[in-house]
Amino acid sequence: MASENAYSPQDPTLKKRDDFEDVLEERRNSSDVKYAFRCYTPVLYNGIPPCKASLLKHTVLKSDHVLFVIQQLSKESGESPEIIHEEAVEILDEMAQNLKLSVVRFFAFMLSKAFKTLFQRVRVNEEGIQRLQQAIQQYPVVLLPSHRSYIDFLMLSYVLYTYDLSLPVIAAGMDFLGMKIVGEMLRMSGAFFIRRSFGGDKLYWALFSEYVKTMLRKGYAPIEFFLEGTRSRTCKSLVPKLGLLNIVMEPFFKGEVFDVSLVPISISYERILEESLYAYELLGVPKPKESTSGLLKARKILSDDFGSIHVYFGHPVSLRSLAQGKISRSYCNLVPRHIPVKPPKDIFTFVNDIGYKMVRLQQENMVISPWVLVASILIQSLPQIDINHLTEQTVWLRNLAQSFGAFVDWPDHISVSKVVASSISLHHSIVKNTGGRVTLIEEKQDSSNLEHQLFKYAATVLMCASYRNQILHIFVRPALVAISVHSVGSSRKEEIFSYFSFLRDIFSHEFIFAPGHTVQDFEEGCYLLMKADAIQILKTDILLSERGHKIVSFFLAMFQPFLEGYQVICRYLSEEALEGVTENQYVSAVRKFAVKLLLSGAVKSCEVLSSDLQKNALAALLKLNICRKTKEMEQVVVKVNRTAVNSVEDTLGRKLTPLKTALARL
Amino acid sequence: KELNLFWFVHCVVPKRNKRVCSGHCWSVCLSVAGCYINKMYYLMPDDSTNCFVYIFTFLNRQDLLKWNGWGYSDSKFIFNKKGQAEFTGKRYRLSGMVLPALREWFEKTFGASLEHKTPPRSALNTSDIPAPILNEDFLDDLKATKIPFSHEIEDRIFRAHGHCLHEIFALREGKFERVPDMVVWPNSHSEVEKIVNLACKHNVCVIPFGGGTSVSSALECPPDEKRSIVSLDTSQMNRILWIDEKNLTAHVEAGIIGQDLERLLNVSGYCTGHEPDSMEFSTLGGWVATRASGMKKNIYGNIEDLVVHIRMVTPRGVIEKSCQGPRMSTGPDVHHFIMGSEGTLGVVTEVTIKIRPVPEYQKYEVAKQRCAPASIRLMDNAQFQFGHALKPQVASIFTSFLDGLKKFYITKFKGFDPNQLCVATLLFEGDREKVLQHEKQVYDIAAKFGGLAAGEDNGQRGYMLTFVIAYLRDLGMDFYVIGESFETSVPWDRVLDLCRNVKERIVRECKERGVQFPPLSTCRVTQTYDAGACVYFYFAFNYRGIADPIHVYEQIESAAREEILANGGSLSHHHGVGKLRKRWLQEAISDVGIGMLKSVKQYVDPNNIFGNRNLL
Ligand SMILES: Cc1cc2nc3c(=O)[nH]c(=O)nc-3n(C[C@H](O)[C@H](O)[C@H](O)COP(=O)(O)OP(=O)(O)OC[C@H]3O[C@@H](n4cnc5c(N)ncnc54)[C@H](O)[C@@H]3O)c2cc1C
Repeated sequence: MASENAYSPQDPTLKKRDDFEDVLEERRNSSDVKYAFRCYTPVLYNGIPPCKASLLKHTVLKSDHVLFVIQQLSKESGESPEIIHEEAVEILDEMAQNLKLSVVRFFAFMLSKAFKTLFQRVRVNEEGIQRLQQAIQQYPVVLLPSHRSYIDFLMLSYVLYTYDLSLPVIAAGMDFLGMKIVGEMLRMSGAFFIRRSFGGDKLYWALFSEYVKTMLRKGYAPIEFFLEGTRSRTCKSLVPKLGLLNIVMEPFFKGEVFDVSLVPISISYERILEESLYAYELLGVPKPKESTSGLLKARKILSDDFGSIHVYFGHPVSLRSLAQGKISRSYCNLVPRHIPVKPPKDIFTFVNDIGYKMVRLQQENMVISPWVLVASILIQSLPQIDINHLTEQTVWLRNLAQSFGAFVDWPDHISVSKVVASSISLHHSIVKNTGGRVTLIEEKQDSSNLEHQLFKYAATVLMCASYRNQILHIFVRPALVAISVHSVGSSRKEEIFSYFSFLRDIFSHEFIFAPGHTVQDFEEGCYLLMKADAIQILKTDILLSERGHKIVSFFLAMFQPFLEGYQVICRYLSEEALEGVTENQYVSAVRKFAVKLLLSGAVKSCEVLSSDLQKNALAALLKLNICRKTKEMEQVVVKVNRTAVNSVEDTLGRKLTPLKTALARL
Repeated sequence: KELNLFWFVHCVVPKRNKRVCSGHCWSVCLSVAGCYINKMYYLMPDDSTNCFVYIFTFLNRQDLLKWNGWGYSDSKFIFNKKGQAEFTGKRYRLSGMVLPALREWFEKTFGASLEHKTPPRSALNTSDIPAPILNEDFLDDLKATKIPFSHEIEDRIFRAHGHCLHEIFALREGKFERVPDMVVWPNSHSEVEKIVNLACKHNVCVIPFGGGTSVSSALECPPDEKRSIVSLDTSQMNRILWIDEKNLTAHVEAGIIGQDLERLLNVSGYCTGHEPDSMEFSTLGGWVATRASGMKKNIYGNIEDLVVHIRMVTPRGVIEKSCQGPRMSTGPDVHHFIMGSEGTLGVVTEVTIKIRPVPEYQKYEVAKQRCAPASIRLMDNAQFQFGHALKPQVASIFTSFLDGLKKFYITKFKGFDPNQLCVATLLFEGDREKVLQHEKQVYDIAAKFGGLAAGEDNGQRGYMLTFVIAYLRDLGMDFYVIGESFETSVPWDRVLDLCRNVKERIVRECKERGVQFPPLSTCRVTQTYDAGACVYFYFAFNYRGIADPIHVYEQIESAAREEILANGGSLSHHHGVGKLRKRWLQEAISDVGIGMLKSVKQYVDPNNIFGNRNLL
């Protein structure tokens, strides 16, 4: 291990970032109609104008790959190829986009109106736009935005239209098609629709992958999809889903394109439209009545203020450069390219690594608003905190975050207390300041049902947490080191490292850790703590400094909900799920268990009620083979290794130090 | 001195009857036009009054051939006093002609300038050549056999290399770490046996040398070879031993060079039809040793299709089959251990090869589609432009491509863009009726895809350029431009992707490695098969401003090779592996494949007498 070494190459604090321009400013000063009808002539890949959407469908249906799969299915099922072909036509009709400039213009007009009322500013890094423009002309481009809101892809297309760039085709979930007109409108603005699950449906997979690949190979348009697979309800990045990533990389593996540019895009919201919706979703309880009427909600939302949005286009990443020396593409050589082959393990690992890499690149350019800092302090200080203390702490945290490389959007010509005050007022749905005491909003306690009250409170906490979550990626590495230093009760570097890698494994689904990078993550954490004067790194020891105590206890508090939450889940598994629990019942069973503990006061943090945390914990335990899935009578059942679960719980609770297995890696 | 036989020129004097057979020969000493000719073969025909074929053998190959570049000394591209490109000499149809468009093309394509010269050194720097390591016992025994040999510097250096860029560059301005210590010239199969026996007895390393046209570093001596290295020059084994008209085969010594073989066979009305671009200089034995491919393989086949019988001398003894059956099921075909062995197992001494009557009718055509004539070449646009730059000033046969087009088609096909078009040159061969019928078929296909026939002149020109193009590299090297061609074979469905990706990779690598000017990166399909094609890449760049151009060149070529492999292309279609590509062989043929080759080598040549270290 080389933590003593200079850390310059990966120093996260050395990132240079572009400046932003507000695209709404011009919209506020000139005609939206003119804007919607202006001349639109984007630059093209290879200078080739895209073909008609209908021709695209035809190409896909006639592709060797699809024909091959139809033949195969026909042989397997005895169904005639013509019938399967018809089925294919239907699937493709349901799937395909149908980009129409007129609809795009309509959207441009409508969204201008909507965005101007919803948001104060939509800020875009123009240098990123220029880089993208270059990239589009050279190689097929894949846009990989973060996903925090339905607004994401509307916003992205809007921005690209504004800058006269090719509109992307967007992989969207089928749920949109439920809304008939909206669905069709989206289709005409470039969305194509994928069923949520189509597990073993070979025909569907063939059509879908061929459709995407055809667009990519032809450079039809930039292809946009969400690596995280779905909107992150917690506003933390989700671990990448690899299905579409695999598909867009395949033409490169097979030599059908020279290169593919992957463009990470970070979209940061000062205030998220769906914030309360998400909280209730996570709690698994229906949203309180008053806001369920869609129309009412829309009107309410439109009259509200959602602050600023930052859209940051990262540097296009060349897939070819990433692959250089990492993989061999020759596995495609022995089978005709239209016949699907299962890629070898190194390809799978490579795609997985790229998925993580891209999510981390998204994180890197996420803009952190003052409110995120405020929320992070507040949530540690519940039920209330003095406004002056809050302000002071926020500034402290801001400085710490910036020194760790966070991209903080702090207005510099306004006084600190004003910044905090305006954050609080923007987020009036979560906090209030009554006479210098800042507290969470409490709705009238109308019922004496304690559980009901608990959920209402928890919803507000989760909303608040969703903002704190936006800064966790900055702190998670140093924080886990700090927690390890604190928990191990020894200054031995090896022991600290092994506790660190235990935490990293346990939280592998909670936070984004590039697979196989344990040592690098540890070194990065150490380096940042050292830079903040929190620790001193000696040859074999790590010592906490005077200043370190404050940072360590801050980090402990910051990550306490996760440490505690995971312990609760372990307890549940070892106390109530020994016989196994079906996958479907898991979430509600844990919730019930946690509610009991919360009401009894044995557990403090409501975040354990978040189904996201519960699922992440289970996923990690499954990955670590502490739990495993079996199929019993048509149901997936989770089986638990009790000793192992208990040991995880004890280790998290610092009653045990983790086994020394990780040592070898140092 | 009478025994120093190096090279020959031909003076074929046929009388009516066109049959040649080897009889005995005798030699005389003549002096013609300043060349020393010290031996003349008189090949006695059956009917001894009817035909005389004289082959004059020169004292030194290097009197006739360039010692530091491609081809005949008298033939080369130069910029004349007016700054126009010209091709010197008298040998080729292009000889003595001025090529007005070449200079502009050269300057524009490479950013080169006639002011910036990089001339080669005028003579070999003899002090650079390592002193020969001689095995005295071997020498003593060799002298007793009366087989001619030499350890003069010129002889050794001439056989120290093939025609890879780095080899020619080393001749021009660098040096070789290791060269052969001596050269022997066996005259027959039995003399080869004697040499190989002595080599085994005294543990010297033998490297067979045919025409020296290798482009895979196959002839380079391993720098760490401590034994004496003997270059076994096969040039004296150049007779047609017999022709069998019943079975249409000829039995030929392996040292014969391609053009002699064709010419001699033509005298009797036959040909092999095997025409690699290097046929002026490469040998039958070399073809067998490298698995060569000729441009007319569609009709005649590649070397593996042409060969009926092979005789090879190995350290274990002579390997050959017991009969000349046209096909056998006798286990794995041992010929396939020999073909492609690249001089690592022994010396091919005699080959029975299929022959065909000389075709009645040949027609060169240019079209824009593929079919199956004798030969097909499909060029990309950059190559078309390049070909166009080689248009000579005068001569009716050389009407330019566009002139030809203008005359016949441009009016009909408006919007025909010389910056986009690609060209296929087709060669039809056979009886007149068949050729015309074939031709029509091709044109129908061409028309269907918007192609058009460009006339026979253009076609002829395309094929004529075949032999002079190799001379161009030397011109480039005089002006900071270095380049090379390399090839692969690939299934049809991947041809386009592979071409695009490799060309782009080359451009990208050049940029990354600090090449100041965009490179020439172009390709053409030179051979077609049912299941795929052979693709040839030309790659050249201007190296001004680069400290170690050869190193940069090699890095780029190896990146291009990796790209080829990643795109489903083969390691080589016909150039072979040699030492240049051996690092990829394992990946190409699997561990077991390598093991098989190793165990053959181990059995045949346990002491690594044939120690050129190709392949493995
Ligand atoms: C301009 C140019 C064009 C070319 N075009 C073609 C082409 O169209 N098609 C094609 O196939 N190749 C082509 N080549 C490559 C080259 O000509 C072939 O590889 C050719 O077969 C080599 O023959 P050679 O007689 O020159 O052998 P050399 O270059 O002398 O030797 C090549 C290898 O074969 C071994 N060898 C030679 N003779 C014998 C023997 N009698 N017994 C055992 N081993 C022997 C040598 O040790 C060496 O390893 C071209 C090369 C150049 C420079």
